[in-house]
Amino acid sequence: MDNGQQAGNGVSKTACSVTPVPDGAVADICERFGNDKHRMLDILREVQDRFQCIAPATMDQIAEETGLTRIEVEGVASFYSFLSLQPKGRITIRLCDDIVDRYAGLEAVTAAFEDALGIKIGETSADGAVSLEYTPCIGMCDQAPAAMVNDIVLTNLTAQSAREVAEAIIAGKRPEDLVSDRFATLSPHDRAVRMVDNNIRHAGAVLLGPVPEDAGLSKAVSITSSQIISMIEESGLRGCGGAGFTTGRKWRFAAAERTERSFVICNADEGEPGTFKDRVLLTERPHLLIEGMTIAARAVGAKEGILYLRGEYVYLRELLEQVLEERRRRGLLGKAILGTKRFDFDIRIQMGAGAYICGEEGALISSCEGLPGEPKTRPPFPVNRGYLGYPTVVNNVETFCHAARILDQGAKWFHDIGTEGSHGTKLFSVCGDCLNPGIYELPYGHSVWELLEMVGGQDAAAVQVGGPSGAMIARDSFHRKLTFDDLATGGAIIVFNGQRNILEIVDYYMSFFVHESCGYCTPCRVGNVFLQKAIEKFRKGLANPEDIDYLKDLSGTIIETSRCGLGMTSPNPVLSTLANFPLVYSAMTQPSKDGIRATFDIQSAIDGARKIAKRRSYIFDRDFTQ
Amino acid sequence: MSGTKKETGFSFTIDGIEVTAYAGQTIMEAADDAGIYIPRLCDHEGLRHQGSCRVCTVKAGGRSVSACTQPAAPGQAVENETPHLNKMRRDLVEMLFHEGNHLCPICEASGNCELQAMAYRLDMTEATKFPYLEPCRALDASHPDIALDTNRCISCGRCIRASQDVDGKGVFGYVGRGIHRRVAVNGENLADTDAAVTDNAISAEVCPVGCIIRKRVGFVTPIGEREFDKGLIGHDIEEKRK
Ligand code: SF4
Ligand code: SF4
Ligand code: SF4
Ligand code: FES
Repeated sequence: MDNGQQAGNGVSKTACSVTPVPDGAVADICERFGNDKHRMLDILREVQDRFQCIAPATMDQIAEETGLTRIEVEGVASFYSFLSLQPKGRITIRLCDDIVDRYAGLEAVTAAFEDALGIKIGETSADGAVSLEYTPCIGMCDQAPAAMVNDIVLTNLTAQSAREVAEAIIAGKRPEDLVSDRFATLSPHDRAVRMVDNNIRHAGAVLLGPVPEDAGLSKAVSITSSQIISMIEESGLRGCGGAGFTTGRKWRFAAAERTERSFVICNADEGEPGTFKDRVLLTERPHLLIEGMTIAARAVGAKEGILYLRGEYVYLRELLEQVLEERRRRGLLGKAILGTKRFDFDIRIQMGAGAYICGEEGALISSCEGLPGEPKTRPPFPVNRGYLGYPTVVNNVETFCHAARILDQGAKWFHDIGTEGSHGTKLFSVCGDCLNPGIYELPYGHSVWELLEMVGGQDAAAVQVGGPSGAMIARDSFHRKLTFDDLATGGAIIVFNGQRNILEIVDYYMSFFVHESCGYCTPCRVGNVFLQKAIEKFRKGLANPEDIDYLKDLSGTIIETSRCGLGMTSPNPVLSTLANFPLVYSAMTQPSKDGIRATFDIQSAIDGARKIAKRRSYIFDRDFTQ
Repeated sequence: MSGTKKETGFSFTIDGIEVTAYAGQTIMEAADDAGIYIPRLCDHEGLRHQGSCRVCTVKAGGRSVSACTQPAAPGQAVENETPHLNKMRRDLVEMLFHEGNHLCPICEASGNCELQAMAYRLDMTEATKFPYLEPCRALDASHPDIALDTNRCISCGRCIRASQDVDGKGVFGYVGRGIHRRVAVNGENLADTDAAVTDNAISAEVCPVGCIIRKRVGFVTPIGEREFDKGLIGHDIEEKRK
């Protein structure tokens, strides 16, 4: 990132040079989505998939069909990473550029792709066949380096396998052929597990152990809505996405609203780098998830549901569609569920398109409404006025699964697991420098050290708990407990050994937040760029001791004035490493010499003028031959 | 606001001063009525609240919130003019200066610019510590009567809301995300849109800075007689209390 303005989610007015979408095709696509502006994301995804570009002429047509203005369509098209205003290749290879992938050999994999394809990262081949780019965490950190090839996921890449993939693509193989010659004949579940390992290392009693089919839902139809909510309240269940809001209370607020429509939305947008537990639940417990959503619908009286699936998990879409279809057939979705009068509920899948911020409740709702993924102003809260202005319950995948199990096994059973204030089990997704990366279902209350012993990560020097928005802790904190009251986490545990460079990790995480900020509010949009630049200065050894205060001060402003959770937590990589690894920072600072601040790089400051004037500075140009 | 004010009124305090509000009013609206100025950039009378610049950040019940979007609540204690909050606000204003290109001495908005005026009000008197992002955005002079220099745009979105809601046009909108989020126009350039110089969105009050420029009227009011040459930003609201 050069001056914070050029790189990243490219927005440019340069016209898409390929012939725009053929006449009629746009109208057809729009019509399939009822010319409904709220389905804009689906429309644009479809156009992108088929024509590799959202050209200006196409945006004009879409605007006309859906009754929007061109700029409104462009606002959506330019917001999401997987949509592009410039033509992309027929196949887009997206290499997962997470810090874990970097440490697992991403550089060699990138080099192999670049070499075999004859293009650099960020480029599209001249014949329009293939594009190569980086993308932030795709949820495969336990099998890094990983990549998406259109909708197909490849894991555990090496330079060798990368080269083979590139050659197969050049030879005209389709992305699905990379997985199996018999791809078409495989079931959706087989396809998913061939691409991606589940790596379930420890199955607990609640989610990953044996789960009876629809026992929770049967219970739910035998009791009243308010009894369901009471059970959830008594169980002590809290949201598993990270924020930890009491689930029962959320449902109760929504149930109290008197309206003709209300909604249940599942947040399957886990984008926090290092988190992949929902991926495993979506693959192995999809029925339990839909069961949980159905129970929530009965509790709050909702008839419509949306499963918001992050764009990176598109490989799971068919599997989930199949589950929904099967449940409709079996009378578990649709009209009069389980023969119960006035219990109607159905679910549609909403695909995301590459935006971390859509994991935020309000942004997720915006995205479902066909808008850019911007958080909503609160109040009103979604439980009062959410999707399309109607009361909406948004819960995470794991939370819904828990709810279904609580209905089956009872509130006390769940309440008795874990610790005071943190009841039940939690799925931890563990990756990085450990022997057994994968999923661990454990009761709340284990210490970090206990978990490290389980995963074979005893030589950890640093552990990132809860992903970048969580906390980076050092060995002296490994006794701390994984609970809401101590180290709260949405589930990500990233292990780093002593060979890793803490500032490099912080720099990576800050670039991530710069890339993923929605840009709505000043402190997050601008402040995070400054924070990342300051970390760069530390990495280059150009920082002064006062720059440590600058980091703290700027972080404080960003946290206090940001509009949503992203900006309220984005300085955490900086603050938690400053607190837990102070020596790393002080080792990189030096006091001023010769009256010139070390932070001031005179060479680069005068370089522009030097070039224009074609003269050199006799004081500062040390090398007179240049 | 709806309803009969007398029946729904309640009181709360701003910096210890008792203020009356009506159900549905934001903290800022109630403050304005009471003659208490809360600094702001993205909020503008007559337009929907957006809550994006965050300059209006106040503390309400111990939490920092944007006064332009937060509903006033009975009995609440709001902090506004504190050194801490003004420092936050100054940081935000500085961020906006550094995000764009602001060369006030040669800008035709100088003296009429809310960003500049806010910097004066918040005592931004020293060189700042933030890096300059030095964007290089094209000037759009395609329209016969209007020019756009988005290098000075602070993404307040006032033009967007004015065009949509007041003019019923939708000339402006946001594109992109993160630091790349920009105000853009509904077409290839401004001449390609139905913008007219008589639009509310183009009027001098809507754009707080020198980004939307009406051609051929530059420097019509001489420097020294411009709005903020006469008083600090917000003085009109504060005068209501005197
Ligand atoms: S803090 Fe502001 S800019 Fe950042 S993601 Fe939230 S709303 Fe968007
Ligand atoms: S827009 Fe305002 S702050 Fe920016 S250069 Fe002009 S006068 Fe200065
Ligand atoms: S052009 Fe002016 S009114 Fe519009 S967003 Fe930019 S600064 Fe605000
Ligand atoms: S005035 Fe309230 S956020 Fe801008």
